Amino acid sequence: MGTISEEILGRASGKPANAGDFVVAGVDYAMSHDGTSVLAVKAFREMGVDKVWDPGRIIIPFDHLAPANNENTAQLQKEIRQWAAAQKITHLYEVGEGICHQLMAEYGFALPGKVVIGADSHSCTYGAFGAFATGVGATDMAEIYASGRLWFRVPETIKVTVDGELPPGVAPKDVILHVIRAIRTDGATYKAVEFYGETIREMSMAGRMTLCNMAIEMGGKAGIVPPDARTFDYINGRAAEDYRPAYASKDATYCDVIDFNVAGLSPQVACPPDVDNVRDAGEVENVAIDQVLIGSCTNGRMEDLAAAASILKNRKVKCRTLVIPASRAVMLEAVETGVAATLLNAGATICNPGCGPCLGGHMGVLAEGEACLSTTNRNFRGRMGKGAAVYLGSPLTAAATALNGRITDPRRYV
Amino acid sequence: MKLRGSVWKYGDNVDTDVIIPGKYLRSADFKVFAEHAMEGIDPAFRPAAGDVIVAGRNFGCGSSREQAPLAIKYAGISCVIAKSFARIFFRNAINVGLPIVEADVFDAVQKGDIIEVDLDGGYVTAGGARYASTRLPGFLQDILDAGGLVAYRRRQR
Repeated sequence: MGTISEEILGRASGKPANAGDFVVAGVDYAMSHDGTSVLAVKAFREMGVDKVWDPGRIIIPFDHLAPANNENTAQLQKEIRQWAAAQKITHLYEVGEGICHQLMAEYGFALPGKVVIGADSHSCTYGAFGAFATGVGATDMAEIYASGRLWFRVPETIKVTVDGELPPGVAPKDVILHVIRAIRTDGATYKAVEFYGETIREMSMAGRMTLCNMAIEMGGKAGIVPPDARTFDYINGRAAEDYRPAYASKDATYCDVIDFNVAGLSPQVACPPDVDNVRDAGEVENVAIDQVLIGSCTNGRMEDLAAAASILKNRKVKCRTLVIPASRAVMLEAVETGVAATLLNAGATICNPGCGPCLGGHMGVLAEGEACLSTTNRNFRGRMGKGAAVYLGSPLTAAATALNGRITDPRRYV
Repeated sequence: MKLRGSVWKYGDNVDTDVIIPGKYLRSADFKVFAEHAMEGIDPAFRPAAGDVIVAGRNFGCGSSREQAPLAIKYAGISCVIAKSFARIFFRNAINVGLPIVEADVFDAVQKGDIIEVDLDGGYVTAGGARYASTRLPGFLQDILDAGGLVAYRRRQR
C-alpha cells in the first residue's frame, strides 16, 4: 500500500516501507556498463568476496566507449570481459549491441514491480515499465554483486499529471524539459516522481522512456509510469521472468502534486549549462550550431530516428549531423524501413549504437567555442568538450536545426 | 571526528562533469582523478591536505561516476559542506569515505577562510560562529568511520 515506490520496496524488503524509512531491499537485476564496471569490479575484489550473488541477474553492456577508443580503454574492457567470464555472467552485451538502458528494455529486464539497479545515473529509465529503478555508484554496485541487496531510503513521491494532446512538432522530450523547467534541477532530489494523465496514457513506451530517463535531471531517485496495456504489449514476449505489477493505492501520500497541460506547449530547448535553463525553441532561434546529435538513451529509439527523418527527407543538412541509434535492433529497423537511407541522403553520419559523444568520451567531441544541439540529457559545462556549449532538444528540433545550422523551431517543417 | 581546513568555495549545481570531466574516466588510477579534480570549474584547484569545499545547492548532480568523490578525496579535501547534495553523489561519497555534511554556511565564508567541521557534534564553525549541520544515520556513519563501504564490509567478515 502507498506509492509505487513504497509498494515495490515493501515487497523487496519483506516489510512495510514508508517514505523516510531505511530498508534493505533485494535487487532483481543489476546493470553495470564498461564505464562503471571497472571500479565496481575493483571494489568487489577488495571486498574479499569470491563469487557474485547470482550471475544470471547481472547485466553488463559495453556502450560508453564502444568500440574502445584507445589501448587503455581496450585493456580495461578486456579485464571486465575476463572477470565476467570467470563469474559466469552470461548477460554480457558486446560492442554494437546498444546502450545499456535500451538493452535493459529490449531484453526484458526492465519489468513492472521489479527492483532494477544500475551503475549509471540514467537507470531511472526503467521506471517507464513500472519498475523501481535507480542509479548508484560503483561501490554500491559491488555490494549488489556480492549480496544481491542494497540499502535504500524509501523516497517521498511527487505526483506529476500531464494532460492535453501534444501539438504537431511537440514531442515527449519537450514534455519532460517543460516539467524540469518547473520542478528545477534539484526539485525532486531524494524523491520519486510518478507520471499520470492522458498525455502519458497516450504516449508510446519510447516516449515514456524519454520521460523517466530524465527524472534524474530534476534530482529524482526514480521516475515511474504505472504499467498499462501499452506496457504489457511491449513486454509480452520479452520479459526475462514473471513479474507482478505494482500500483499506488488510492490513499497513497504524495509530498507534492503538480499538474501540467501540454495542449499549448511549444518545442523546448534546454540552454547551457543547466537542464532547467529551458526556453521555447522560438526564443533561441538565432543560436548558431556546429553539430547536431540525434541519439542516446534519451532519444535514440526508432520513433526518434523516424521523427528526424520526417523532417530531413529530401532535404540537406547544413551542419555536422550525427545519428547514433540506441541499439542494434533500432539500427536494423532504421535500415529495413528506409529511415537510415533518408538520414544518409540528407547528409547525416550514422555511427554505431552506443553512447557516442554524449559524455564527451569519443565519436564527435566538440572544440572550444563550438555548439551542439543534442537530443541527449545533459548540457553541463564541458560535457561534450571543454568550452563547448550543449543545447538539448527533441529529435524534431534537432533535425530542423540541422537543416539551418542554427536552432530552429521544428514547427516550420511539420 | 573534527576536521579543519581552508575553504574552496563553489556555487549551486556543481555537477559531476565539472568535478571530473568524462575524458578522464578511462582509468582506474585514483591519482589521475585527483590531478583533474574540479578541472571543469576551477583549473586552479590545488587544495592542501585537509582543505574543505563549501558549496550551494545540489552538489554533485549528474552522473553516477564514483570518480567524482574519489577525485575530491584524493586531491586532499577532508570534507564537502553544501546546502544540499545530489543523492547518487551522497551515497558515493560515503561509500568511498569522503565526509559530507549539509549546512548553510555558504554566505558566511569566503575562499581561504578556516572552517571546522564537527561530524559527531553536528555543527560547523566558521568566523567564530557555529552552524548546525546534518548528522548521518548510525549505519552510514559507521561506513564512513570505517573509511568506506569496502573497508566496512571487510571488517564485518
